[in-house]
Amino acid sequence: MEPLVELRGIHKQYPGVYALKGVDFDLRPGEVHALVGENGAGKSTLIKILAGAVSFEQGEYRIEGKPAQIHSPQDAIRRGISVVYQELELAPRLSVAENIFFGRLPSRRGRVLWAQLYRDSALVLEQVGLEVDPETEVARLGIAAQQLVEIARALSCQARVLVMDEPTSALTPSEISRLFGLVRRLREQGTAILYVSHKLQEIFALADRVTVLRDGARVATSGAGELDEARLIGLMVGRPLGEMFSRRHRPGGAPALEVEGLSTARVRDISFQVRAGEIVGFSGLMGAGRTEVARGVLGLDRRLAGRVRVGGEELPPDSCAAARRLGLGLVPEDRRGEGIFPQLGVGHNASIAALEQFSRRGWIEGGREREAVAAQVRRLEVRTPSLGQRISLLSGGNQQKVLIARWLLRQALVVLVVDEPTRGIDVGARAEIYRLLDELAGQGLGLVVISSELPELLGLCDRILVMKGGRITGALERAEATQEKLLALAL
Amino acid sequence: MERLRRLLRGEQAALVLALLLLCAVLSALTPVFLSAANLKNVLRDASLIAIAGIGMVVVILAGEIDLSAGSSQAVVGILAVLLLNESGSLLLALLGALGAGLLIGLGNGLLVTRAGINSLIATLGSMAILRGGAMVGTQAVSIQGQVEGFTEVGTGHWGPLPIPVVIAALLFLLFYLVLHHTPAGRYLYAVGGNAQAARLAGLPVEKLKLAAFALSGVLAALSAFILASRLNSGQPNAGLGFELQVIAAVVLGGVSLSGGLGTLVGAGLGILILTVLNNGLVLLDVSSFYHDIARGTVIILAVYLDTRRRQARGRV
Repeated sequence: MEPLVELRGIHKQYPGVYALKGVDFDLRPGEVHALVGENGAGKSTLIKILAGAVSFEQGEYRIEGKPAQIHSPQDAIRRGISVVYQELELAPRLSVAENIFFGRLPSRRGRVLWAQLYRDSALVLEQVGLEVDPETEVARLGIAAQQLVEIARALSCQARVLVMDEPTSALTPSEISRLFGLVRRLREQGTAILYVSHKLQEIFALADRVTVLRDGARVATSGAGELDEARLIGLMVGRPLGEMFSRRHRPGGAPALEVEGLSTARVRDISFQVRAGEIVGFSGLMGAGRTEVARGVLGLDRRLAGRVRVGGEELPPDSCAAARRLGLGLVPEDRRGEGIFPQLGVGHNASIAALEQFSRRGWIEGGREREAVAAQVRRLEVRTPSLGQRISLLSGGNQQKVLIARWLLRQALVVLVVDEPTRGIDVGARAEIYRLLDELAGQGLGLVVISSELPELLGLCDRILVMKGGRITGALERAEATQEKLLALAL
Repeated sequence: MERLRRLLRGEQAALVLALLLLCAVLSALTPVFLSAANLKNVLRDASLIAIAGIGMVVVILAGEIDLSAGSSQAVVGILAVLLLNESGSLLLALLGALGAGLLIGLGNGLLVTRAGINSLIATLGSMAILRGGAMVGTQAVSIQGQVEGFTEVGTGHWGPLPIPVVIAALLFLLFYLVLHHTPAGRYLYAVGGNAQAARLAGLPVEKLKLAAFALSGVLAALSAFILASRLNSGQPNAGLGFELQVIAAVVLGGVSLSGGLGTLVGAGLGILILTVLNNGLVLLDVSSFYHDIARGTVIILAVYLDTRRRQARGRV
């Protein structure tokens, strides 16, 4: 079958990074083509080139066999190529209908034809199976619904090619299965779908073909049926991967974190304990209050009741500075918004919470700082050309390691809270982070892991607490925990 | 060595080049420009902007802005001269001036950190209040200094260099070290770069911002004191538009209005460029109305360059 879109021998260089080295890629009508690879392999660059958002130095972009001039996202959309990005790009204060036809509102003599807009929107919304009033403000929709609005927007542009970048990263299992239904329907209607995901089960559930990128080069394109999970991972990381989880269960030590009756505006009466060397997981659906527990413990949300002790010492409410001093660190879920300092280098990002340790009489001793940071960077195998490299240029997995290093550099660290430790991180780096968390527990750190991925919690944690509606609804020991039991407590 | 190479390749090279070019053009147009007396004048003018500019850099790095620096030139200058005339003590006048600057800065800082008012608005308000206060307090009449030796601060020399130049240079060195080699300096970059992340990392975000405003207030007051000494008077219309000159100069020097990015070295170059430009316009006998036009153009140019740089970074 003739490909709808074809990229041939694409080369793309960024300052200091050779992002794509002569990549060939094609999409056929009526197929789901999965694009996989570790972070930094070049997936995002390839998507952006398809979308016309970045240029390339060498190579050819062809549509239906003819060379195409795609120099801007508008060009791509005009030719029927639409992208649903990982970070949704909607105007939250506008209505669903306005978002779908954003920039293309039906009008006559400068006046918007609202009735027609809502009628047309209702039609596209029906196509994607979203039952909302087109006049609803987008901000009032959940993430899953917002994503469907984005897809509806793409369909309303007569998209023949739909690119979906990590579409399920914020969805619940039932929302995911609905999305899959939609993807399959679109495929039957002849749409070509480029599907990017880190979740291998999804790829085997959906894809017809799989292309694997590694270090900016294509290492394989083959039918999904010819691959299995182990082979696919092998292709992605270029080496056989060891056991994903290597958790060694050990008895806990002294209490590292004690929370008693904690309440904030969003969580109620939370009590739990984490011992030194223990990994305690928090499970629950989106919005169940998992992240809010961490925020309450740290004092980011106002504490209405309850006590928190870190290493036996009382943590005063409303003070992250005190939390840092007592040895409580948080690696947040939203890496870019709440974790990294995008304009600073890797080294300065890592050392920011431990600068007093490297200072004498108020002055930082640069040599000692660099040595300590370099040691952590080596230990965590952060891949960066130098400590001065701007952190925003690293892949998600490497940024995550730097954020973990930030807390490991603190000598007095007692408890580390990690919120969604592997969100947006590829398989190879995932295994490394799991190994690292296990190792840290082995060294006597208390760990709290908040995650929406059940296999991750089951593989890592000694104990899993399940939340629902801002309360803890149950606790399962490692030996008794199963996906079914966790879900039963969460629903 | 590595640092030197980076310096030569980066934005700062462009600034040095612009400064040299400007100097070359001016020395070709008027022989007076390169005379020792004139160069000393340029440095003396630059030092006033530079002293207040250090405070501005700190505030902007923290992701905020301080528009009150100009009006505080008037209020602080008047207070200093009044104190001086009353007490006859230069030291007391200086301490009074710095104290007043500290209060102004703390006031701005509390409005921003405690009351949660956007710093552009908060300091726009205090700028108007201070200017109005200076006019009301003096009935819009200047107050002459009556103590001998006061003018020495602004016009005297230490060795071959004007006193304000020496003060500015020492402060530049001090704050260069503070910004790059103390935890507080690093925190400042972090807070301006991503306040939310800074809070999660346990940095005292509000305290740092408050301290930045306080410092800006004190340094603006120091420059006000020197200005009053040069004029030997406290003038209610002193420092009109001064804050914009300071902001334009440091932004031109690569200090980003979005916070968390920029260096004192760059800011210093920006300040020199702006001062040389002003000086050139005076030497060439251009009407002072055109100075405003030139200044406005530089401000727009500076912010345009800042935007371009931000976009360039966004692409990578």
